[in-house]
Amino acid sequence: MDFQYILLLKHEILLTLAALIILFVELFLPQNKKRNVINISLIIFAIVAFAGFIPTAQGNLFGGSFQGSRLTDVMKDILNLAVLIVFLQSTGYLKKSENADKMGEYFALIIFTLIGMDFMISAGDFITFFIGLETASIPVAGLAAYDRYKRKSAEAGVKLILLASISSGVLLFGLSMIYGATGSIYFADIAKNITASPLIILGFIFFVSGMGFKLSLVPFHLWTADVYEGSPMNITAYLSVVSKGAAAFIFTIVLFTVFKNITDLWELVMYALAVITITVGNLFALRQDNIKRFLAFSSIAQVGFVLLGIMGTGALGMTSVVYFMLVYVFTNLAAFGVAQAIYNQTGVETISGYKGLYKTNPKLSLVMMLALFSLAGIPPLAGFFGKFFLFTSAASHGYFILVVIAALNATISLYYYLLVVKAMFIDKNDKPIAFFKSSGLMRVSLFITALGIFVVGFASGIFEYIMSISSSIF
Amino acid sequence: MADYSYTLLIILIPFFVFLLLGLFGNRWKPMVSGWIGTTGLGVAFILSLITAYQYFFAGAGEAYSKIVPYDFVWLSFTDTLQIHMGILLDPISVMMLVVVTTISLMSHWFSLGYMKGEVGFERYYSFLSLFTFSMLGLVVAPDLFQMFIFYELVGASSFLLIGFYYQKPSAVAAAKKAFIVTRFADFGFLVGILILAYFTNTYDFATLTKPGTTIFANAAGITFMGASAISWAMGLIFVGAAGKSAMFPFHIWLPDAMEGPTPVSALIHAATMVVAGVFTVARLFPVYYFQTPDVLILVGYVGGFTSLFAAVIAITQHDIKRVLAFSTLSQIGYMMVGLGVSHYGGEEGLGYMASMFHLFTHAMFKALLFLGAGSIIHAVHSNMMQDMGGLRKYMPVTHITFLVAALAISGIPPFSGFFSKDEILAAAFQTNKLLFYTEYITAGLTSFYIFRLYFNIFWGKDRKYEHTPHESPMVMKIPLIFLALAAAFVGFLPFHELVTSDMKPFETVTHWNLVIASVSIGVLGIGFAWFLFKKENSKPAAIAQWFGGLYTITYHKFYIDEIYLFVTKKILFNLVSRPIAWFDRHIIDGFMVGVGTVTVKTSDKIKGFQSGNLQQYAFAFVAGALIIVLSLLYYIG
Repeated sequence: MDFQYILLLKHEILLTLAALIILFVELFLPQNKKRNVINISLIIFAIVAFAGFIPTAQGNLFGGSFQGSRLTDVMKDILNLAVLIVFLQSTGYLKKSENADKMGEYFALIIFTLIGMDFMISAGDFITFFIGLETASIPVAGLAAYDRYKRKSAEAGVKLILLASISSGVLLFGLSMIYGATGSIYFADIAKNITASPLIILGFIFFVSGMGFKLSLVPFHLWTADVYEGSPMNITAYLSVVSKGAAAFIFTIVLFTVFKNITDLWELVMYALAVITITVGNLFALRQDNIKRFLAFSSIAQVGFVLLGIMGTGALGMTSVVYFMLVYVFTNLAAFGVAQAIYNQTGVETISGYKGLYKTNPKLSLVMMLALFSLAGIPPLAGFFGKFFLFTSAASHGYFILVVIAALNATISLYYYLLVVKAMFIDKNDKPIAFFKSSGLMRVSLFITALGIFVVGFASGIFEYIMSISSSIF
Repeated sequence: MADYSYTLLIILIPFFVFLLLGLFGNRWKPMVSGWIGTTGLGVAFILSLITAYQYFFAGAGEAYSKIVPYDFVWLSFTDTLQIHMGILLDPISVMMLVVVTTISLMSHWFSLGYMKGEVGFERYYSFLSLFTFSMLGLVVAPDLFQMFIFYELVGASSFLLIGFYYQKPSAVAAAKKAFIVTRFADFGFLVGILILAYFTNTYDFATLTKPGTTIFANAAGITFMGASAISWAMGLIFVGAAGKSAMFPFHIWLPDAMEGPTPVSALIHAATMVVAGVFTVARLFPVYYFQTPDVLILVGYVGGFTSLFAAVIAITQHDIKRVLAFSTLSQIGYMMVGLGVSHYGGEEGLGYMASMFHLFTHAMFKALLFLGAGSIIHAVHSNMMQDMGGLRKYMPVTHITFLVAALAISGIPPFSGFFSKDEILAAAFQTNKLLFYTEYITAGLTSFYIFRLYFNIFWGKDRKYEHTPHESPMVMKIPLIFLALAAAFVGFLPFHELVTSDMKPFETVTHWNLVIASVSIGVLGIGFAWFLFKKENSKPAAIAQWFGGLYTITYHKFYIDEIYLFVTKKILFNLVSRPIAWFDRHIIDGFMVGVGTVTVKTSDKIKGFQSGNLQQYAFAFVAGALIIVLSLLYYIG
């Protein structure tokens, strides 16, 4: 085998190496220097993340089971970037004394999920896809239960693993039906033989349910709020951005390639799911006071918007989804970053607790406001462009009513995002959160995310580059 | 072609001033920030005047062309569907450059005195610059996309300005209301843009508005709920325009927005942001006229209704800023009527020209009225008419300038408002008699309510003032005098040679009968106001008594706000949001929490892993999947 074929697996190989090195380093570090594992891991991962950007060959491996293209590279790079930001934001959490004995695992577990996601994104058949999916989800349960002495966290972990296994079971069941109907596990072969027969429809919906679980589409979303609330906040951030991003990528790819011949059918399903997901996510978000639950429901609504991009199909649909996820990485991690900075210092995680924050911590408040305005889709922030392209994508297939519903929801969402802004900037508080300085790495991460919120929207080159490569999967 | 590259500076100067003051404003004395902002705008103002001179008067061409000094492709979806960023100069955008920079400069200048000593003075100036930048970006937008972005930026920056007194809860509520109402309308705009782009494959104004264009052929025959696709698109774009211009039923945000500082009201709520909607319709006028005449008629009727409706409310208000706010609604209604009754080209396009003319003159006299009101509020520390009276003795400059503006808005010659309003009436008379009579009555009401204001403030008895009212300082008087000169004389500008629907000059005919009719109803309104309010007497109260319930309804602005509140709070909240919140709290959360509060001991067991929740979730998951399968199988038969 040629060396350049190995390079097709560069993301996966690098990540595996990184995870192993981190585990070994922690093992051999003397007890009093264990804390260094945080910085070492960050450096290693940063190198891996940047190495991912080096362009390499494209092609298939293992008889088509693994497909590497510029587009999958970009997707993996986006996930790496998101994880890097999550890592930067986690340091404050990891330095707490109760986590002293499990710092290396934190990095290793997340990197393991990332390997699973990368395989999933590059999958060329449903076996690789499923193994990737499971590799990406089982360690997450461990992460959700990372505060194992806190009952809520343990509960979140158990809930996640139990419900995830149900959803995986349903998904696998669906895949076996598709296999039964088409006689193949390879994406390319299935795509040729797929028809709208009842068996395939059943299998397809089970597949959608399984993916809907990962994406927290309504009605498969019920786990989201509980798990988000119970997990440590950095894990919640990770779940809401990285897990969802990976699931959105592969979901889009599979819909566009494998189920291409029944596009009319799945557009119908996506239409319905988009409407209820966006609406339910919004309506629930209206009344949350816990910032994690609030962001959980807002992220349900945000992912609902992704379905609009998917409705567009073709290169524009693909591009709008990938671009939106990139925007979403910066936007959502900015919001979570601020929430974490506050939580790590003060333990406050309610919106009412943020009252008067602007007076004491103006910079944090500004970053939070940027993030929320970007989530609400206010130009010229990146979130607006992300949504605009999703809407354009749906409109390009004539789904105007859906665009109307979605745009209306985006408007409603402004209301609850403004509630948080109001709490921080306007509401009076006798005892606001005292001024504090967050850690250097946290500030770096917030700077990166805030920059991203401004730049990604205006740098049209990003969109055009994704557009130029996104037809490579068809 | 002449060189217009310097026009970029007009846009960029306010932006850099915003950055400068926003980032470093707290490093130096507040006044320095004020002067930096004012000077920056002064430069932009002079450049705008140069642009206008060069565009309108330097070249002696017959028709004006659309000039694009800056244009770069920001993003291209396809060869034709591209998003551009740049500057488009044509008669209306050049005119708007002058309007925006003039009024903005006057507000900057006036604020030096009015806002002196306020906390956050430099923040105020950086917001003003941001707003001016957004507004300028809007008017020079070469395509719908840039226009939309600046539309929202205008909304966001006005949110900051209205909410400037953030210690005042009513100001904050008003800012939020303005932001959400206009954003709600903007969503119509966005959907309209998407539909339009889908069928025409372009965002570009020049392509869209070319007469006789064939790009709308794709949409031929496509209808939805009885209206064509393009009608929907243009109707939705008008919704966005109506939101910004506070047309009925989106008008509710404007009176509340008066909570902001008064110079901000002069800038945003008289001359710039609120006319953005009129500007949008004018910008897309050929599309409205040739493709969707049905929507254009709607524009006219919405404008006509709003103008009458707001004028009636203005009569009963006691807060002087609110009277002016409703007056603004009414006058913008006039502009919409002008567009609604207009045809395209030559003298037929009189309505279009008159509408733009009125936009221009209105900007001058309404900004003057607002700044005058600011000067009065500055002197007596109250917004309420009851606290004022006999001020002409104390504030001569404010008095005279206010009188000029009042005569202008009443349409008394030779003041500017007379020329523009008369032409709108003439245009309406030619095409739509119903709208003509509506606007004719409104003209009478206008002069009545504005002179009610004038007599109540400047005549009548002195009130008990805390300290003797004094004339405002020089820095505030200069803008008043400048605007008074403008309000008095801009009516003589030959607009029919400058700003026309097809960019070709035409000759206007004076309809003497209409002139006499409109002047006499204006005078009648003034006379009636003089009779009632010149001296304090019991006549107004008697009349209010006589109208009884009608007066109360009008005083409460026809209860429109209450209706909105009822729909949102009572219906939406109770029927939709509350059950869902209840479900969330009691079924999802409450199953653990609620039970826990009753019996702590049992809840300990329930709160754990065997809460039953998990089974519910799993059940919902599988049931959801099955329901989708069944409904899909049913649907495809």
